[in-house]
Amino acid sequence: MIIGERKPIREIIGMLKGIKNILILGCGGCATVCSAGGEKEVEILASIIRIDRKKKGEPVETNEKTLARQCDTEYLEELKDEMDEYDAVLSMGCGVGVNFLADMYPKTIILPALNTSFMGVSEEQGVWSERCAGCGNCILDKTGGLCPVARCPKRLLNGPCGGSQNGRCEINPDIACVWQLIYDRLKGLNQLEKLQEVFPMKDWSSSLHGGPRKIVREDLKL
Amino acid sequence: MNFCSQGNYDNMTNSNEPDIVAFCCHYTAYACSQDLQNLPRLGFPENVRLEILPCSGRISIIRLLKAFEQGADGIYIAGCKDDTCHNVRGSRVAKKRVDYVKDVFGQLNIEPERIEMFMISREPNRGFIEAAKEMTERIKKLGPSPLKGK
Repeated sequence: MIIGERKPIREIIGMLKGIKNILILGCGGCATVCSAGGEKEVEILASIIRIDRKKKGEPVETNEKTLARQCDTEYLEELKDEMDEYDAVLSMGCGVGVNFLADMYPKTIILPALNTSFMGVSEEQGVWSERCAGCGNCILDKTGGLCPVARCPKRLLNGPCGGSQNGRCEINPDIACVWQLIYDRLKGLNQLEKLQEVFPMKDWSSSLHGGPRKIVREDLKL
Repeated sequence: MNFCSQGNYDNMTNSNEPDIVAFCCHYTAYACSQDLQNLPRLGFPENVRLEILPCSGRISIIRLLKAFEQGADGIYIAGCKDDTCHNVRGSRVAKKRVDYVKDVFGQLNIEPERIEMFMISREPNRGFIEAAKEMTERIKKLGPSPLKGK
């Protein structure tokens, strides 16, 4: 899922300066699952904004709503009859939701309440970590299912850099060297021969280096 | 004894004493008083309004914020000692939520001392009453909530 975390309160308060009628909009997808922007977090942020304004003696009207997702037209359309009522929408979805809202509602101020961090997993309650960089050209069949693009800080494709020690990364000793993990895993699977294959220079055009990406599935289009 | 109804923390009294809302673990509160109606006789301050929870870990961040938003000058949670919580980690969870609100208050330039977590032994003792008195004295020094009169 997409992992995000709420921006510092002061930053959010700063971007809302002068705005009197706000829709705080949660997302029922990833942002809810990672406890950053679901119904509960919307309620908390709305209360924080009201406390700040009450302290300053500045009126504010906070409206709270959480859509099933902010990355689908059908859900964003639910807002079309009420958008004119708000001075701004504070999205608690990921950056995708913020962008899509801005695309669909050109006359409304759309603001981000979250920093969208990465695509990752819940390791345990309250701990998330990155697993996929979305490079657009998956090589996991060759690396035992462990991704050096997402999990090696140097994004090396042909083994460790030589700086890793005792299985730990030299850039960040808090994380395992993913190439050590790949080696151990392939050894356990009796697939070490996979490491004989040399990766050519990676074509990054399928990643963000080629600009915003798009997938069109003619078989699904109506 | 003054009690809050869940989710409604509007103070109906016009007392000059600080308005304090206390969220209390059922076990901690009864261990101290045996009967909550005994509390005033034992010296529990009248300005502290109680909401009894099945466990302090039941408290949510939004309930703490709403108590403050609705006019409380101070808020505290009284739960069991960290290692004696009936539900194992309830008071630890409650403390994390108090710390969250302290951080929010800090970012809003509101004194974080207006909210506190007290971990009190579940054996008969006066800790429950002392916590209420300590909070009352603390809030008297800080003065009314910065939200009041605005």
